[in-house]
Amino acid sequence: METLFFLIVSLVAVISAILVVTCRNPINSALSLIMTFFCLATYYVMLDAPFMAAVQVMVYAGAIMVLMVFTIMLLNIRVDASKKHSHKLIFGSIIGFFTVLNLIVLLVKSRAALPTGPYSGEIIRKIGHTELIGREMFTNFLLPFEITSILLLVAIIGAVILAKKKI
Amino acid sequence: MENLNSYLIVSAILFSIGTIGVLTRKNVIVMFMCIELMLNAVNLTFVAFSRYLGNLDGQVFVFFIMTVAAAEAAVGLALIIAFFNNKESIDVDDVNLMKW
Repeated sequence: METLFFLIVSLVAVISAILVVTCRNPINSALSLIMTFFCLATYYVMLDAPFMAAVQVMVYAGAIMVLMVFTIMLLNIRVDASKKHSHKLIFGSIIGFFTVLNLIVLLVKSRAALPTGPYSGEIIRKIGHTELIGREMFTNFLLPFEITSILLLVAIIGAVILAKKKI
Repeated sequence: MENLNSYLIVSAILFSIGTIGVLTRKNVIVMFMCIELMLNAVNLTFVAFSRYLGNLDGQVFVFFIMTVAAAEAAVGLALIIAFFNNKESIDVDDVNLMKW
């Protein structure tokens, strides 16, 4: 049952990812991308990471995609059917084919000895995923967390400066 | 729960589709969305490994990647708007000022 569900979600994810690349209209690409993000949120739930799924839906499907759709509508680009919307198709397809071949062979065939941690599925379900992530983030990863806040500040200032008409 | 390899294969396929999109599309916004797709494929790998190794560090990394992606979206879209104001186009082939 779960395998069937996994296959359906994978099929939807891959088809909507292909639609992101092939759609002529950027709005259709954006909607397909939102579909892919929801499929990834489903994967996160299946991997016992419900907090990551919630963040995925809120940050990616909510914030980032709203920003993109907003930009597409702000620029008001006409979709010209006669103009080509892609270039170097054969070159790109060859690179993509070898990328997928390489990644699958590397990821599936490699048997690296990786250190395992204490968090099994039972512990995550007993304590709660959000609490465990919070503990990890505010103890071991406190300095990167603070640096991330500076990164966001820089991004806000940069976006405002860049989008201005005259500096 | 599926085994680790099936998640890795899905992630590899999504990453490659994103690569093809970045290499072949002309529209800057669609290229941008393909970059987001690649970032998400990597996130899936992180979460799958983190779950199967019983180590939450990977999920904290995914959190930071999402922050960087949000910052990138804000700055990148501002750049696209600035480019559109100059050239009246969002075609990457029109960005040829430094090309020789």
